[in-house]
Amino acid sequence: MEKIKITIDNTEVEVSKGATIYHAAKQIGIDIPVLCYLNLEHLNIENRPGGCRICVVEVEGRRNLAPSCSTECTPGMVVHTHNLRVMNARKTVLELILSDHPKECLVCSSSGQCDLQKLSQMMGIREIHAVENAEMSTYRKDFSPALRRDMDKCIMCRRCETICNDVQTVGALSAVNRGFMSVVAPAFEQDLVDSPCTFCGQCVAVCPTGALTPFDDTAKVIRALSDPSKTVIVQTAPAVRAALGEEFGLEPGTLVTGKMVAALRSLGFDKVFDTDFAADLTIMEEGTELLDRIGRYLSGEKDVKLPILTSCCPAWVNFFEEYYPDMLDIPSTARSPQQMFGAIAKNYYADLLKVKREDLVVVSVMPCLAKKYECQREEFSTNGNRDVDFSISTRELASLIKSCNINFDSLTEEEFDQPLGESTGAAVIFGATGGVIEAAVRTAYELFTGKKLEKIDFKELRGLDGIRMATVDFNGTPIHIGIAHQLGNARKLLDGIRSGMYNFHAIEIMACPGGCIGGAGQPLHHGHSDIIKARFDAIYREDSQKKIRKSHENPFIIKLYEEFLGHPLSEKSHHLLHTHYFDKHKK
Amino acid sequence: MAQFKMHLLVCGGTGCRASQSEIIVENLKSEIKNLGLENDAQVVITGCFGFCEKGPIVKIVPDNTFYTQVKPEDCAEIVREHILKGRKVKRLLYEDPETQKHIEDSKHMNFYQKQIRIALRNCGFIDPENIDEYIARDGYAALGNIITGMSPQEAIDIMKKSGLRGRGGGGFPTGIKWEIASKNKADQKYVVCNADEGDPGAFMDRSILEGDPHSVIEAMAICGYCIGATKGIVYIRAEYPLAIKRLKIAARQSRAYGLLGQDILGSGFSFDIELRYGAGAFVCGEETALIKSMEGLRGEPTVKPPFPAEKGYLGKPTNVNNVETFANVPAIFLKGAEWFSSIGTAKSKGTKVFALAGKINNVGLIEVPMGITLREVIFEIGGGIKDGKKFKAVQTGGPSGGCLTEKHLDTPIDFDNLIAAGSMMGSGGMIVMDEDDCMVSVAKFYLEFTVEESCGKCAPCRIGNKRLHEILEKICSGKGVEADIDYLKNLSRVIKDTALCGLGQTSPNPVLSTIECGACYEKCKFTAIHVQ
Amino acid sequence: MSALILQDCHKKTIEEICIYYKNDPGDLIKILHKAQTAFGYLPESVQREIAFHLKISVAKVYGVVTFYSFFTMTPKGKHPISVCMGTACYVRGAEKVLDELKDQLRIKVGGVTENGKFSLDCLRCVGACGLAPVLLIGEKVYGRVEASQIKGILDSYQD
Repeated sequence: MEKIKITIDNTEVEVSKGATIYHAAKQIGIDIPVLCYLNLEHLNIENRPGGCRICVVEVEGRRNLAPSCSTECTPGMVVHTHNLRVMNARKTVLELILSDHPKECLVCSSSGQCDLQKLSQMMGIREIHAVENAEMSTYRKDFSPALRRDMDKCIMCRRCETICNDVQTVGALSAVNRGFMSVVAPAFEQDLVDSPCTFCGQCVAVCPTGALTPFDDTAKVIRALSDPSKTVIVQTAPAVRAALGEEFGLEPGTLVTGKMVAALRSLGFDKVFDTDFAADLTIMEEGTELLDRIGRYLSGEKDVKLPILTSCCPAWVNFFEEYYPDMLDIPSTARSPQQMFGAIAKNYYADLLKVKREDLVVVSVMPCLAKKYECQREEFSTNGNRDVDFSISTRELASLIKSCNINFDSLTEEEFDQPLGESTGAAVIFGATGGVIEAAVRTAYELFTGKKLEKIDFKELRGLDGIRMATVDFNGTPIHIGIAHQLGNARKLLDGIRSGMYNFHAIEIMACPGGCIGGAGQPLHHGHSDIIKARFDAIYREDSQKKIRKSHENPFIIKLYEEFLGHPLSEKSHHLLHTHYFDKHKK
Repeated sequence: MAQFKMHLLVCGGTGCRASQSEIIVENLKSEIKNLGLENDAQVVITGCFGFCEKGPIVKIVPDNTFYTQVKPEDCAEIVREHILKGRKVKRLLYEDPETQKHIEDSKHMNFYQKQIRIALRNCGFIDPENIDEYIARDGYAALGNIITGMSPQEAIDIMKKSGLRGRGGGGFPTGIKWEIASKNKADQKYVVCNADEGDPGAFMDRSILEGDPHSVIEAMAICGYCIGATKGIVYIRAEYPLAIKRLKIAARQSRAYGLLGQDILGSGFSFDIELRYGAGAFVCGEETALIKSMEGLRGEPTVKPPFPAEKGYLGKPTNVNNVETFANVPAIFLKGAEWFSSIGTAKSKGTKVFALAGKINNVGLIEVPMGITLREVIFEIGGGIKDGKKFKAVQTGGPSGGCLTEKHLDTPIDFDNLIAAGSMMGSGGMIVMDEDDCMVSVAKFYLEFTVEESCGKCAPCRIGNKRLHEILEKICSGKGVEADIDYLKNLSRVIKDTALCGLGQTSPNPVLSTIECGACYEKCKFTAIHVQ
Repeated sequence: MSALILQDCHKKTIEEICIYYKNDPGDLIKILHKAQTAFGYLPESVQREIAFHLKISVAKVYGVVTFYSFFTMTPKGKHPISVCMGTACYVRGAEKVLDELKDQLRIKVGGVTENGKFSLDCLRCVGACGLAPVLLIGEKVYGRVEASQIKGILDSYQD
């Protein structure tokens, strides 16, 4: 790669041709502040509209200040990042942005997390120059089951628009209107629920302010916990334990399973269970379904639908219901682990405890915002009582722990309760892209071949590339597997299948970058994609440390089938653990 | 045009059509028929004569008699007296406002005397809907010469030598622009004509397209040959129905004559054009925004570099020039780069078309050599201030420009001098204000425009202009304080320094330049007396 | 915003426009122009139908419609009035003319009278600066208009 030299703040730096001033400065430890710019390097996601103008620098010989995020270095360039002209411009522009932003930081749900707030502190803004009663751009607020939009706080960084259109290809959002009243919104500024939004929440994950925030049910959880007539149980998704620690200042990638369990118990949950248990159950059902379809396909049955697609990710389910209504018979009918857990809890565990369904409250802690929507889907309720009553996010759990003055760091590690707390390494890796299919392969291999799996790690299925393809040898039968994370990549795979370009047996799809570990309910990455990478590694670390690493060897799963379900795909399983999909356009 | 003894040229520009010029054409024709003069005289609808103030205009050639403010009921008299009997209709002749004498022909009118018409050379002389009239005035000769006898680089060198700078406002040297686009290799390149004139009070591009569409088409083809493009696109305002109609007719005729399409004049060079319509967004005059709009997107500008010459329409090298720039091109090749560069100042060659309007006697479209002074434009060509009032300021460059006062009257007009004076050439609007006008409220008017037309992409333009406008409102309502002026200055400078595109970077000019003027603010700072 | 329920003939019109431009999203603005000519405005249902044919998101279509001031989502009055707000007209009193129109019609800029007879808009320079201030009613241009003439002009539109 060709190298060029430039000078930044009197320091010479050598950079690759094509590098921006922002990156060149970073190389020598100069952190130019940015606001709209977002670069998730590990995931190939970039938002660079050059719109906020916070990152401007002076380039000698140029008439105007240059946005460092999108100005390429040229040989001999001389740059000043903090002279009076630059500082005055940045401060004035920031004041302008703040002059059109509500000053309710004290009660804003993004307070402490807000990039704009941080920037304002860093720049030492102490007053906002503008005429009295300067007009603010205001918009209708929009509450959906998963996220809320308060676009008065929007600063037009366009990150959400980029994510929704370029990365996820959902197309729910677009910049609308012009000038002072421009804002990112669904068509006709209608509610998100009336748009093709999948509730993946990735717009929330990248929003630098409080414009896009999760819909928060924590208050209802607290009320349930303090209601003596209710038995309140909680399930925690695999990705939560790999990220929760970040909210308490621990290094990204620190696993906090034991402390998390202790904290939940301390919060007053009657039982602390693990969604991982339900993940193992999912593998039993989905893996059996996979084998059933492959078996029938190999025996020559014509109308077998292949590939089978995973269905754990609710945003993904929403996506194919919206965009691939002609292919609704391809995904596995298995419910997601969250909903399997809910169904087993309300229909099996409630009986064990001898409590009425209505008096058992199931709370889930999820890395995900779409899960909030999923648990509200009608098909997952019985007589109006949901299988999963409330879903809260990793971040919401963290603030709940903090607000209950629990010192997370000093907690002694504890174990999950039984029977719904036992899980295998296969379940843990559900949290990362490729994990579900690897877990399925571990079980399907043994069930299909009748042989013991020697090499448990399927490294060929792992990684952070958006689309991955691999062939696994089932004792002479090649099984073709496709994996995609982020819905845009899923669309590419699906279109390829629709057009007959691809021939897969099984495909795993996760809506969020990196899988659930990059979910929108997780601690915010603030543009640092290495955090997602660290969580990714942590998940596989936990797997490798587990004694049991194959779902069908989970003793409590075996017991559940013996005592209650019978066998995978049994009638009871169908009733409780499987679902059906809807064409969104027919609703 | 040869077989008739006399031609009656009737202005068919939008302004004159609004004052019934179409009925005038009908009446003239029927009277000629009544008197059996069909073989002697012909009525021709032309493009704009420029002298809109006194429209509708009827001009009679060869004697250049210039009838102003003609009414439909005057037609019979004109035909009977002038055409049949050879006597001029005195009462319809232009009356010099100073001497109050009737002037018999256009050549002796102050309005035309100081003008040099290059871009407007055919406007008002030919029927824009007839390609033969364009060809009769050497139309398409330049294209023919170039594509059959010149290499693209030779033609680019002529353009560079001519010193022509972009007339859309920025003033970038056209030849260099073409050279950059020609050097970028690609399987497809594009020539784009920016006809999205949106500056309030500017209508020169529209007049050229209405009066001489072929010159633009010819120039686009020349540009295509130079940069290696086979496709041209005219991005034109949808609000210009007449220009669109004439452009379409012109393109159809050129195709029929083999001057557009495959293998033009057997040279092996192919080129054709298509039209795209703007939809009412001023920012689309900025070339990157224009390209976004042509791609069917919101017309939001993008960060430069990459420039359109590297990555433009559909990611391909694209050369964007505005209408007036193109209209100069055929003339440069016909008369030579030396001729062109002999007109104008050291760094600004040729002429510039201005739309002269406001409190001035001769409202209209003028083309003057670079280097002419504002005094000559306003007091000689423009005939001075209306109703004998005192001159206060002239606004040039529209929303990107500023107000120039008494002290600038003798400054030679060119790109650099106007910038030095705190204004801009812009696309060529020139609005004259008299002693009754308040410059703060004019600045406010332009800010209102910018606030409405800001695309909203970058913060300084989206919010900053709104705040500038609010402070101006405060000052205009008499509530201003001293600190407001400092804040206006700082905010204006930051917006200029940080906004993403040319629209934002120039939007505070009307404010800064009126502050420079000083007096006006002093008067209205704390009182509301400026509102007349 | 006004609701228009698309009949089959409407859908056919939209489909034909889109097919004419090969369902190419790059021609979205041309398609919107044609559709607005056909329907007089661009209601939600029309935008949805266009998005469907071009296989792009409705949000994107709406984003484009709301960016360009030429596109409108409200039907115009029977006699659409446009006041030129170019600089030449402005300095020659266009604002007073506009205010008078607002008073007489009792609507704001962008509005339509209750009986649907008139709608009121501003536009930037029609290029008849010699006639400033200028207003258009339909295709007809009124030049050198004074506020006092407005009532008479409006009264001349009987139907």
